[in-house]
Amino acid sequence: MGGWAIAVHGGAGVDPNLPLQRQEEAKRLLTRCLNLGISALRSNLPAIDVVELVVRELESDPLFNSGRGSALTEKGTVEMEASIMDGTKRRCGAVSGVTTVKNPVSLARLVMEKSPHSYLAFSGAEDFARQQGVEMVENDYFITEENVGMLKLAKEANSILFDYRIPLPGTCAAGAAATNTPIRMNGLPISVYAPETVGCTVVDRQGRCAAATSTGGLMNKKIGRIGDSPLIGSGTYAGKLCGVSCTGEGEAIIRATLARDVAAVMEYKGLGLQAAVDFVIKERLDDGKAGLIAVSSKGEVACGFNANGMFRGCATEDGFMEVGIW
Amino acid sequence: MGWAIALHGGAGDIPRSLSPDRRLPREAALRHCLQLGVSALQSHAHPLDVVELVVRELENHPQFNAGKGSVLTTDGTVEMEACIMDGKTMRCGAVSGLTTVVNAVSVARLVMDKTPHIYLGFQGAEAFAREHGLETVDPSHFITPENIERLKQAKEANRVQVIAQQIDYTQPIKQDEKSEVLAATGGSGDSQIGTVGCVAVDRDGNLATATSTGGLVNKMVGRIGDTPVIGAGTYANSYCAVSATGRGEAVIRATVARDVAALMEYKGLSLQEAAAYVVGERVPQGTAGLVAVSASGEVTMPFNTTGMFRACATEDGYTEIGIWPTEQE
Repeated sequence: MGGWAIAVHGGAGVDPNLPLQRQEEAKRLLTRCLNLGISALRSNLPAIDVVELVVRELESDPLFNSGRGSALTEKGTVEMEASIMDGTKRRCGAVSGVTTVKNPVSLARLVMEKSPHSYLAFSGAEDFARQQGVEMVENDYFITEENVGMLKLAKEANSILFDYRIPLPGTCAAGAAATNTPIRMNGLPISVYAPETVGCTVVDRQGRCAAATSTGGLMNKKIGRIGDSPLIGSGTYAGKLCGVSCTGEGEAIIRATLARDVAAVMEYKGLGLQAAVDFVIKERLDDGKAGLIAVSSKGEVACGFNANGMFRGCATEDGFMEVGIW
Repeated sequence: MGWAIALHGGAGDIPRSLSPDRRLPREAALRHCLQLGVSALQSHAHPLDVVELVVRELENHPQFNAGKGSVLTTDGTVEMEACIMDGKTMRCGAVSGLTTVVNAVSVARLVMDKTPHIYLGFQGAEAFAREHGLETVDPSHFITPENIERLKQAKEANRVQVIAQQIDYTQPIKQDEKSEVLAATGGSGDSQIGTVGCVAVDRDGNLATATSTGGLVNKMVGRIGDTPVIGAGTYANSYCAVSATGRGEAVIRATVARDVAALMEYKGLSLQEAAAYVVGERVPQGTAGLVAVSASGEVTMPFNTTGMFRACATEDGYTEIGIWPTEQE
């Protein structure tokens, strides 16, 4: 107990038919990001700096759905969002509708530290980015061929239906689901949906928690659609007791105020980290599919998901390290 | 168990010296909106319809900070946001960055009812509203002379009318830290930076909440506050419905609306205890207020600011309309 701990994720809801090569690529990326965070923690970098550093790395890699490699809107463009929270004083920053900023999580950090507000969006966020001199690129920098293909498939699968989901066996502990089950999330076949939001949560040696989440959002989303990732209390939360980053069906995460609920259950019901995580995953998601990673101020790490798999990695100071998908 | 309704027109530094010509119209509006809501509940309207109806009325009133009468961004424009949530199903809808739609709360309702999404912002939200034939007007419709004056004052004082939420209250504010921001505790006349909102519960315990706002005077373009953030300014579940108001940045960090419900559910507190705790302990003094109703028909309207424009009524005949703390508080 005590000491640092770190967890990263690359999205909850994984195609059971995901080619092995892709799985290996994902695990390598998660490992690399985990190690980046671990080095930073060993050098005593504060939690808030570590989460930003790690999420930047995830954004820059085109593999997951954030920064470069983001899912595309219905118009084939990219609109990114992110949020970051510092548990020590519950300071927070968030951005939505970002189209030319290379690292949305860093812009969210700047909103937190250099603006009088907590959340900036669309042209206002872009103007602020320009004022702050952050690295900006053309929108097509973020677009990958693979996602252009995915968007076509999503449109063919006839967009997002309101009522979705086929009952899915398996939870965090149950492991891989039957490969022939046509799994859908947010109305799309899972091979197309690929949520892959990224996030990181960390507690440093001083017991300070922080969390950050970043995403391109839903494939084929309406222009202007905002999901859970930039919403404090939904996709991201950090307080004195813990840090949390969520991923999965955004609307379900918002209704459940998932990230805040992990902390609230710890604060108000006195549950420990894993028990709190298990509780919210079981009780708060109803029909929704999602997952989360969490750390506690005591140096513990936990994850939970009711979706089919979650790309994740975690490590603690006492030498524990694990990277997994199922 | 009976129906109950509460509504607010914003919490803030409302001086007792508020002149009658600023006070009376707002009191009348609160009374009028309360009556609208009560009649609807008495006619067995669903709480979702009740809160939307009442908030639309508050949005149309030019002296509250929502719809017409919204405060202005630093560019002198209006950017409105709103949110609505149904306690029973936990369905919700939110919008931000509206500039031409007359009733933001109705757009939020449509997002909830007609899309698989929860939250649409800016151009996407405007396009959606238009697709669905909602009433739109020239942006100048929402701008009032009072708000032009407020913006001018704010710029002259070179302050954003918000307490610097991100600054540690235990330390003196450093000069180089966020130089544009001052701990603006002093009101400039009737600093009703608020928001409007309504919560309602019917006899069957169905709960709903809706909140709407123009945001913060002199806010940066694109700034989003607590109102459309589910769990911050707006929240409803099977325990209660909450609509909060005040300094958005503080309400977000404290996840005010969600915490009221969480305290009831996880700690077994009553509606009143939960709301009082959140307003008293979870947000800095002078930054927030809220209205809330419970599934069993209770109502509470705590605030830690100088005042909060508010009104409530319950089926057993209780009615309250007020601005400043009552004698007992």
